[in-house]
Amino acid sequence: MERDQVERRLLNDYQRDFPLEPRPYAHIADELGLREDDVLAMLADLQTGGTVSRIGAVIRPNTVGASTLAAMAVPEERLEAVAALVSARPEVIHNYEREHTLNLWFVVAAPDQAVVQATLESIAAETGLPVVNLPLQTAYHIDLGFDLSCA
Amino acid sequence: MRIDDTDRRLLAAIEDGLPLAPRPYAAVAQRLGLGEADVLTRLRRLRADGIVSRFGVIVRHHELGYRANAMAVWDLPDGQVDDVGRRLAGHDFVTLCYRRPRRLPLWPYNLFCMVHGRDRDTVREQIARLNAEHGLDTHPHDVLFSRRRFKQRGARYSMRGAA
Repeated sequence: MERDQVERRLLNDYQRDFPLEPRPYAHIADELGLREDDVLAMLADLQTGGTVSRIGAVIRPNTVGASTLAAMAVPEERLEAVAALVSARPEVIHNYEREHTLNLWFVVAAPDQAVVQATLESIAAETGLPVVNLPLQTAYHIDLGFDLSCA
Repeated sequence: MRIDDTDRRLLAAIEDGLPLAPRPYAAVAQRLGLGEADVLTRLRRLRADGIVSRFGVIVRHHELGYRANAMAVWDLPDGQVDDVGRRLAGHDFVTLCYRRPRRLPLWPYNLFCMVHGRDRDTVREQIARLNAEHGLDTHPHDVLFSRRRFKQRGARYSMRGAA
């Protein structure tokens, strides 16, 4: 297989059920016709380059810890500074500018609801701007990974 | 679904990712004072019970060339949200689909879908398809494209992460 094709399979085929056995990288290497060292090196490169965030567990919402989606309407001239302040909070895991009056959207995740609430209140207090709290009520689609063959 | 304190410690220990070493579960186990087999049994159970909805390679869309990322939102009558939400979630280009509360007057929408695509036109077409196929055009809706990504990483539910 070409390197591109191997890389694509490495990225696409192990998003949901990474081998849960003592030597997972050796298992993947067997399936892709590589050596364990190659798989480890490729994953390290992909992680350094930013394509792979990590090999990890995606936890179903509201089973462990607490989280919410929040939004703010930030005046354009303050957006950089407010975004930096929001990103600096360790509880903030995603933070995006979006095209809307509510132009800053971020996800807060913490061990419990009290910490989530305190984080939102502290951001509102520090910026003097209202924070709109949009907690999840129902998930219709849980995160099953991202199929590289679609979209 | 059951989860105990050791499960929580285990999930916290892998929040930053599974180590890139030949025996990654043994490395995690050692950090926690557990056995490798115990760690594997626990992860298998958490995955089977659905507390871990997936376990594996977590990619970043943007770096993969999926540069357009839209949050499509609708204001649907309360009695219809669940039905429409389940149907929208069935489209392969919808990566997340959630019901969230309205916050009037600032925010009138209660159904959210994330759509990722290579460019904005593709994403717009996909959202138009959702509107057409599910008869959603008559309901108030909007599409919020992302412009800048300021931060993106995995959740840290442990106290260490929240400190």
